[in-house]
Amino acid sequence: MEFPEDLKYTKEHEWVKVNGEIATIGITDYAQEQLGDIVYLELPAEGEAVEQGEPFGVVESVKAVSDLYAALSGTVLEINDPLVENPETLNEDCYEEGWLIKIKIGDPKELKNLMDCKSYQAHIKEETA
Amino acid sequence: MPKRTPLYEEHIKLGAKIVDFAGFEMPVQYAGVMEEHNAVRNHAGLFDVSHMGEFEFTGSEALAFLNHLTANDVGKLTDGMAQYSLLCHSNGGIVDDILVYRKTAEHFVMVVNAANIEKDWNWVQQHATSSTQYAIRNISDEICLLALQGPKAIEMMQRLSDQKISELKSFRFAIGSVAGQNDCWIARTGYTGEDGVEIFCKNSQAPLIWQAILKSGAKPTGLGARDTLRLEARLSLYGHEINDETNPLEAGLAWVVKLDKKDFIGKKAIQKVKEEGLKRQIVGFKMLDKAIPRQGYPIVEEKNPVGVVTSGTFSPTLSVGIGLGYVPTHLSAIGTKFKIDIRSNLKLGEVVAMPFYKRK
Repeated sequence: MEFPEDLKYTKEHEWVKVNGEIATIGITDYAQEQLGDIVYLELPAEGEAVEQGEPFGVVESVKAVSDLYAALSGTVLEINDPLVENPETLNEDCYEEGWLIKIKIGDPKELKNLMDCKSYQAHIKEETA
Repeated sequence: MPKRTPLYEEHIKLGAKIVDFAGFEMPVQYAGVMEEHNAVRNHAGLFDVSHMGEFEFTGSEALAFLNHLTANDVGKLTDGMAQYSLLCHSNGGIVDDILVYRKTAEHFVMVVNAANIEKDWNWVQQHATSSTQYAIRNISDEICLLALQGPKAIEMMQRLSDQKISELKSFRFAIGSVAGQNDCWIARTGYTGEDGVEIFCKNSQAPLIWQAILKSGAKPTGLGARDTLRLEARLSLYGHEINDETNPLEAGLAWVVKLDKKDFIGKKAIQKVKEEGLKRQIVGFKMLDKAIPRQGYPIVEEKNPVGVVTSGTFSPTLSVGIGLGYVPTHLSAIGTKFKIDIRSNLKLGEVVAMPFYKRK
């Protein structure tokens, strides 16, 4: 499994890429593998507000439904429309083609609640132990 | 402590994802549900279903006892035949759905759902009389059950067995060798909508048979694909379409219940349901909106919840959300549209002809 070093991570297995005041959010390699074959994706509309730690969408595999939790608070600028049409891309490329939403960061202070790649991997170990 | 089947180590070796199912640590998937599902539809998949329970009935009155316990007519079986049947409560509710295999006129095996082994065994014992003319035995812990399913299954099994598998009719079984292991029961039955066999063997024989079948090219297939396969074939699953509170008629299992049979537990109550008419029944529906129905989601008519989804999934074969559910009878005709309450969003579904998938 792969966890890029330039990303920040959440306990709920989302990743965040920060670029100035814009954050791109997706799910991690671990999350996509746990979910299995992803077949459905529900994302918020542009302009909607999301709140750190709260559900903002839904991802479904053949056998299960899971909430997507916002890694940061903010306003949705863009959603990955092609991904909604082809959600199986999440199983193939969860970090590039498989990004979910881009938001305008509401409160930069929230960034300190996120993990770096090392602590995230430790978190997975703990969770699976 | 969850139990393990004698094939547990094989599943670990194959990298299976293990989940607790009915008190057993079972493989839910190996390569992935979709890939395994398609392997069974297009080639062959091998399942470990040794968690299922087996009860043996022997003796000159075994047949009469079984006919009292079960809703189908055991008297119609000849040697080497299997029959789908039900154990019913006296109020008509379903204790379990089962298969009854007749080896001889005085030797039968009942196969029950893993989640119900204890309940069913208590049920059987509770109804047993003091007659010395039959004996019952719970042999669940001695027997392994493997299912090889898919268009290539028969061909594969033929190469591994001394029995004429390709001449075996549906719901018949032969007793012979598989991969050099003797006295296996090889039945042309299954739970996937495909052709195939189910193999009963002793625990000690299971790993060798498992390995030999995989060597012939079958794909190991987990419980995840087993569920999507059975749902496409519109096969009921206990705890979903049927349970202690559902009656066989509303569940679409009237064909199993032989009301002309002398007597069996639940007969009176089911007869009464038939006379009074059904209030609700199971239908199969597919989603017209892009959404996936799941067990427990309400079925809605003009904003009123009127029914419930009993099973739902994304259908790998049809690439659309499909489900089974109970609806009032006026919503049961093919082509009827209703809405499913999916996380507070109402999504449109339509009743379709069953099964969702039928092999050519």
